[in-house]
Amino acid sequence: MKHTIRQIFHDGKFVVGFVIFITLLLVVLVYPIFIKDSPLAIISQGTFVPPGIYVNNYDTINSPTTYTLMLDNAAAKRIANKLSNDDRIAMKDWLVAFGIPESEIDTTNIEKLLDQWGQNYDPMKSVPGMTLAKQRYFQRVNVALQGILSTESLVIAQINPATGTMEQTGEINQSAFVNINDVANVRLLPLGTDNFGRDMLTELVKATGVSLQIGLVAGLVATLIGLILGLLGGYIGGFVDDATMFITNIFTVIPSFVLLILISFSIGQDKRGAVTIAIVIGLTSWVWTARAVRSQVISLRNRDHVNLSKLSGHSTLHVIISDILPYIASYVVMALILQISQGILAEAGLSILGLGPRTTEVPTLGLMMNWAMIYQAHILGKWWAYFPVLLVIALITFSMNLMNTGLDQVFNPALRD
Amino acid sequence: MAAIVARIAQGMSNSTGMKEVYEQYATLFGTNKPMLQQFFIYVNNMVHGNFGTSFSQYPRPVADILKSSMVWTISLQFPAIIVGWLIGNVLGALAAYLKRGFDKVLMPVSIFVSNLPTFGMAIILLVIFGVGLKWFPTSGGYGFDLIPNLSWKFAWSVFMHYQLPFWSIVLIAIGGQAIGMRSMSIYELNSDYVKYSRFLGIKDRKIVGYVFRNAMLPQITGLALAIGTMVGGALIAEIIFSYPGLGYTLLNAVMGQDYPMISAVTLIITVMVLIANFLIEIVYGFIDPRIKAAQSD
Repeated sequence: MKHTIRQIFHDGKFVVGFVIFITLLLVVLVYPIFIKDSPLAIISQGTFVPPGIYVNNYDTINSPTTYTLMLDNAAAKRIANKLSNDDRIAMKDWLVAFGIPESEIDTTNIEKLLDQWGQNYDPMKSVPGMTLAKQRYFQRVNVALQGILSTESLVIAQINPATGTMEQTGEINQSAFVNINDVANVRLLPLGTDNFGRDMLTELVKATGVSLQIGLVAGLVATLIGLILGLLGGYIGGFVDDATMFITNIFTVIPSFVLLILISFSIGQDKRGAVTIAIVIGLTSWVWTARAVRSQVISLRNRDHVNLSKLSGHSTLHVIISDILPYIASYVVMALILQISQGILAEAGLSILGLGPRTTEVPTLGLMMNWAMIYQAHILGKWWAYFPVLLVIALITFSMNLMNTGLDQVFNPALRD
Repeated sequence: MAAIVARIAQGMSNSTGMKEVYEQYATLFGTNKPMLQQFFIYVNNMVHGNFGTSFSQYPRPVADILKSSMVWTISLQFPAIIVGWLIGNVLGALAAYLKRGFDKVLMPVSIFVSNLPTFGMAIILLVIFGVGLKWFPTSGGYGFDLIPNLSWKFAWSVFMHYQLPFWSIVLIAIGGQAIGMRSMSIYELNSDYVKYSRFLGIKDRKIVGYVFRNAMLPQITGLALAIGTMVGGALIAEIIFSYPGLGYTLLNAVMGQDYPMISAVTLIITVMVLIANFLIEIVYGFIDPRIKAAQSD
C-alpha cells in the first residue's frame, strides 16, 4: 500500500492534476474564511460591472487629508482619458468635412487639435450629408471637451438647508491626491460583477464548492450503484446477471443526457435543489462502472484464492469484501474520479438548458454559465462573466482526468512510457 | 402530462375564467382521460407519426417542428462526430508511433481539450472567431435576412453558419478519441504478435498497418457507446450558437414548458442514437471478420 502510494506520487501527471485540484479545493475552503460576503448579495446596480478596484467618489472628496503631487503627465493622462482615439478621429473627420485640409490636422497633437476644434466647431452648423445622430454625437464630444485644458480647480458646494442656497464647502485642486488607505470605502472586484450585479469572484468560489459537492454526490451515487450491480451480476451470475445486464443495456443505449433532461424536467423547478440534481445525475450515469466492474469480477470469480475462500466456508458477502473488492479497488477509485468530473459537466449542461438547480439558493458553475449566456455576455464581450467559469470547469475536469491517467499508468504497467 | 397542463394553468390562474380555459385545453390535449389511456393514445399517434400539438407554438404540430430541426441536427452532428473521430484516431496513432516530442505535446493538449465541455469550446470559438475576428456569424443556421431556397447566396450563408458549431464538436471529439487511440496503439505495439512479426522480418510499415487496424476495433465500439454522450454535448453546442437544430428546439420546449415537444425531441434523439449504434454495429461486422466468424459458429 505504502509502496503504491509512493509510486502514485512519483507519477508526473498525477502530481500535476493533484496539485491543481488541491489548489482549487483550498481556495474554495479558505476564501470564505477571509471574505464573509454572501455570494448571492447583489452589490451593484446595472449588469456586468467590469473588473477593477472601485473607490468611493464621495469618500474621496471627503477624505480628511489630501496630498499635492506635481506629476508632469497628469494633464496628458486626463485628456487621453476624456478624449479617446475614436473621438479624435471623429473630430478630424468633422474638421475635414468642414473644409480644413487633411494635412493640417494631426490627431496626435492634442493641443493643436483642440485649438482647431475650438475655432471652427459650431454646434448649430450642419455639415452636408451628416445624420442627426452623428451631429448629436459631435455635440456631446464638444461638451465633453469644454474645460479639458483649464487649470482651475473644481468647487465643491452643498445646499444649505436653512437658506436653500448653494454654499461652497471646498475646492479640489487638479494636483490633489488622496491616499487610497484614507478612503473609507474601497471595494476590489477582481472579476467584476455578473448580470445581477453580484461579486463574480465570491460567487465563483461558492459555485465551485457547490459544483464539487454535486460532482462528489453524483459520483458516489453512480459508483455505488455501478459497483453493487456489477458485483451482483459478475459474482452471482445466472439469472441475477441476466437481469442486471438487461437493465444496464437499456441504460447504455438511451443517452443518459436525454434521461437527465426528462427526469429533471418532471421533478419541476421548485423541487430541484443542488442535491436532488446531483442524485439524478448519479442515477443516470452508473452504467459504465457497472459494466466494467462486472467484467473484472467475472475474471476474478474463478481465481484460486476466491475458490479457496469459498471452500473455507466464508459467506458470499465476506468473499466479495475481502477477496474481490481489493482487486477492483484501484479501478473503482479511478471510475469515481471520472464520474465526479462527468457529474460536474452534466450539471453544467443541464443548467445551460435551464434545467439545473433552482436559482435562488446557491450558485453552481452551470447556473453561472446559464446566466452569462442568457444575458449574452459572450456577444457583448463581457469576458469576466463566462471565461473564469469555463476555466474553472476545465481545470477541475482536467485535473481529475490527469490524476486518472496517472493512476492508470501506475496500475496498468502496459501503458507506461 | 396532466401535471404539466396544471402547471401552465397555475401560472395564469389569477383570473376567474381560467378554469374554463383550463378545461378546454385539457379536452384539446386529451389530458382529462385516464393516464393509461393517454399513454396508449400517445403511442398510437406516435406510430402514425403524430406527436401531438406543441404547447408553446400552439397550432403547430410537433412533428412539423421536429422535421425542420432534425435535418439541421443530423447534417451538423454526424459529419462532425465522424470527422472528429477520424482525425482523433490518426493523431492518437501518430502519437503512439512517433512518441517523444509529438506525444509529449499532443497528449496534454488533447487531455485538456477533451475535458473542456463542448459548450465551453463552442463559446471560446464563438468569442474568438465570431465576436473578435468576425470571420463567422455568431448565431443561427443561415442569415436572418434570407429565406431558405436553393440559391448560392443561401448555400454560402448556411456554409458560413455551419463552421463554428461543426469545429467545436470536432475539436472536442478529437481530444477524447486521440487519448483512447494512443493507449490502444501503445498496448498493441507492445503485444506479442508485433514482436513475432519483427523477428520474422516483416517491414515496419506493414506491422504498423496491422497494429492500427487492431487498435481501431475497440475505438469503433467506443464510438458506438460514446455517441449518446457526444450527441448530448453537441445539443448544447447547438444552443450556444442558436443553431436551428434539435438542441435549440429542446431549449425552447423547456423554456415554454412544452411537454409534448420535450418528449418527442428526447424520443427522436434516442432513436437517432439507436440507429447510429445499429449502423456502427453493422460496419463493425464488416471491419472485424472475427465477429462474423463468431456468429457463423
